[in-house]
Formats: sequence, C-alpha cells, structure tokens
Amino acid sequence: MADPTPAGDIGPSRYYFEALRAGRLVHQRCERCSSALFPPRVLCPVCSADALRWEPSAGAGTVYSASTLTPRDEDPYTVVLVDLDEGFRVMSVVEGTSAPLGARVRLTPQPVDGPAGDARLVAVVEGGTDE
Amino acid sequence: MSELSGRTAVVGVGEDGVGLAVPGSTPLDLVARATRVALEDAGLALSDVDGLFTASAYYQLPGLDVAEYLGVRPRHTDSTAVGGSSFVSHVGHAAAAIAAGQCDVALVVYGSTQRSDSGRLVSQSEGSPHERPYRPRYPVTMYALAAARHMHQYGTTREQLAAVAVAARQWAQLNPAAFARDALTVDDVLSSRMVSSPLTVRDCCLVTDGGGALLLTSAERAADLRRPPVYLLGHGEAHWHRSITHMPDLTVTAAVDSGRRAFAQAGLTPADVDLLELYDAFTINPVLFLEDLGFCAKGEGGDLVASGAIAPGGRLPVNTNGGGLSYCHPGMYGIFALVEAVRQLRGEAGDRQVRGDVALVHGNGGVLSSQVTALLGTSPTR
Ligand SMILES: [Zn+2]
Repeated sequence: MADPTPAGDIGPSRYYFEALRAGRLVHQRCERCSSALFPPRVLCPVCSADALRWEPSAGAGTVYSASTLTPRDEDPYTVVLVDLDEGFRVMSVVEGTSAPLGARVRLTPQPVDGPAGDARLVAVVEGGTDE
Repeated sequence: MSELSGRTAVVGVGEDGVGLAVPGSTPLDLVARATRVALEDAGLALSDVDGLFTASAYYQLPGLDVAEYLGVRPRHTDSTAVGGSSFVSHVGHAAAAIAAGQCDVALVVYGSTQRSDSGRLVSQSEGSPHERPYRPRYPVTMYALAAARHMHQYGTTREQLAAVAVAARQWAQLNPAAFARDALTVDDVLSSRMVSSPLTVRDCCLVTDGGGALLLTSAERAADLRRPPVYLLGHGEAHWHRSITHMPDLTVTAAVDSGRRAFAQAGLTPADVDLLELYDAFTINPVLFLEDLGFCAKGEGGDLVASGAIAPGGRLPVNTNGGGLSYCHPGMYGIFALVEAVRQLRGEAGDRQVRGDVALVHGNGGVLSSQVTALLGTSPTR
C-alpha cells in the first residue's frame, strides 16, 4: 500500500484513515500541553492550541469497557473501548466473547471487506491485567 | 435562588397515541392531537400560542412543519435537538423566553409513530466513523458499555439493573395507559434475550408510538387559567460528549452539572424532592442519574434501586407512569416524563398517585450525552 499523503497537505481525519489503511495507527499530540488527542482534529480541546503533531501508537492498551453482541446468524463479537498506553481511547473489536475489563490488548489495523478499502482496529487479548 | 425560579408554570399537558397510534397516523397527527388535549386542559386556544418548541427524528425543520400543520405563527421558535432530553431542554428555554418577553404562551410538543413504522426510522443518528466499523448496536451497546464499566468499578450487578425494569413495571401495572403491564420479575429480565451484554431486551426501553404536548406561560397568567399551575422552579443543562468513546468517565454523566445548576436555580436540595421522573432508556440510566443528581453516593445506585425505594410504596418514587421501560418510548421520551410529573403534582395520577410538592424531571439525550434537569413544584416559592 502507498505511503500516506504528508500531514499538512490534507485534513487530519483523512490523514488518520490513510495511515490506518497503510497499516499504521497514529494519533495527534498537542505541542503546547502535550495532551494525546483522538479523534483527529485541528484544535486542541484541552488548551485551544492549533499546533498538533502526529505520533505513532504501538497499539498496546487496556480494556476500559466491553460489550458482547450475539447476533442470531453470525459469530459473537465483543465491542471494546481501549485506553492506549499513549493516553487516548478508541473503540475496537475482539473476535469472540472474551475481553475482560482491565485486560491488556494489542490493536492492529486490519483491512475491512468492501469497495472502499477501509481499515479498522482489531484487538487481541494478551496476558495480564492492568487493574 | 435565581430570578427565573417560579416565574413560569406549566398550565396544560396532553398526550395522544401512547403505545399504538390510530393506524395510518403521521407523527404530525399525534403532535396536533396532543396539542389539542393540552389546550383543552389549559383553557387556551391555538391563537394564544406564540412560542413553539419542538424536535423530531422525522423532520429536518420540525419547527416549520409543526407550525404549518397547527396553523400557528410563532414569534419565537426553538428546535434545539439534543436527543430525547430535547423537550426538557425546551422547557428551560421557554421559561427564559417568556421571562424575556419573547413569547407569552409556549407550546412544547413531540410526536412519533415509531412502532407503527416497525422501527423503520429508529434513529437519525449518523454514528462516528471511528465507531461504525466495530458494529456496536446503536444505541444499546453504548449504554451496555457504561453498565459494564459501572459493574466492574462498583460491583453493581445485573440483578440490581433488573430491579429498575421490575420497579418500572410495577408502576405501569398501576397505570391503565401504560403499554407494557404484564408481570415481570428479576429472573424474567435476566433470562431474556441478551442484546448487548450485560443488557437483555428487558433492560431496554419499549419501541412505541406517542405524542406529548405541554403549555407554559408566566406565573401571572397561569393564575387565571383552568388548571392548578405547576411552576418551573429550577432548570439546568449540560453535555460533555457525543460519542461514547469520548465520554470522559463511563460511570459519571453530565447530570452532575445539570442537577447542580437546577438545584441552585431553585434553591432546593435532593432532600426536597418528592418524586423523580428519570429518563430510563436503559436500566443503567436511573442508577447513574440517582448518583449524579445527589440521591446517593457514586457507586451506591445499584443498592438504592434494588432496595425497593424507587418502586410503588418506596421512599423515592421513580418513573411513576412506568417510564420508557414500561409506559412508552416513541424514540424520544423527555416530554412524557414532564407530563407525568405535572399529573402527579396536580394529584391526577389515579392509582399510582404519590404525595408530593416537588418533582424532579431528568432528560437524557444521545448516548448518555445531553443531560437536562428540571425541578417542578406546586408552589412558586418554598
Ligand atoms: Zn493542548
């Protein structure tokens, strides 16, 4: 997959999704107050600064909450909210029914079936808990 | 106590099509019939209405649609849309508009034929591109995430959540107009189909039709009208997030702020409240709101709802009409919580009547996003 368009040439939301499609999870950090920011934006909601830089995320985090859905005609899946170690929170999904709150997980960008060539974050539960 | 406290009053309420509307009805038909009932209740005419407050999942410009249908020409229109709490929000905006001379008689109104439409139009919410790919079921998964976190952090149990649904059903059994009146036990709730864990289908509100209307005017004018005025003593609003991913703490809602603002405006405290109408889209909601509004400490909501306090005969009656869980839930519920509080304070609630002079109505919108609190009373001052 091609490298994403350089940041600054495109809006932050498109930059984020291009990186995700290229297999990289990124997030913004405020140059002034150092807050980790998500979702992508042009203004820091903590201190109003507009100088935000992109940083990579290792995808390692802790399950903040989880809810398992059991549709009648497909395998169960668990929607999770994950607190990344870099200091921001995302929604993700775990295949199956097991994602205890507090569990350590690793998020990896995966392609989503469909014409748009989209990507999403899939979580895999690792050993240990943070709480 | 603020200068707005007690300066306006609800003078008429009406409902139509609660549960299932007349076949072939449009949402605007329900709006109009509910309005007609409220006008009759107040002894007012459509020609008296000069302020219009409405929201809808059906119409993009609902103020225009409703005014055209009713034939009113409002000089003040407010279509604030913050989800199911919109109508509780409108009541505060209407009071401010009346006090500022922007209108004299405000109509707050809503109608939906969601059940007749077979849930075709369940929600206009667009969803976040950062949530949609994970296929949460909107909105139940969002509330399930909050419930799961509350259980993890405070030891709240599924049985305690189920007690909210059971209490609502017990109230509904005292209310002939309620949609769901069959017996319901904690075991029934727990063994129902799991929709999004830890919430079963019985932890979720109904899908019904329904229209509701409320008329508000100045305390001076209210004194000359047909029904005993129900005064708006305090009002507060707050919202901190739109997407559940960005709710700062899933166990604390912005009701902390809306409640504090409403109590400050009224010069009241939770100890002054005789009954509560809390927007119960899901069983976790009243647990969070009782905590955030100051009726128990954070983390103790589960014990409180399971103690019997909120059920008929309890010391803290909650959702005396049966709530969104058993009375009706036509997409947005806020107007029905207000109507029930007014009926209770007027002493018109029949078998479910509770004794009280002060009612708290709390609206919730989005995914625990918008929080709006109103305090209503039988007297303009304490
Ligand atoms: Zn900043």
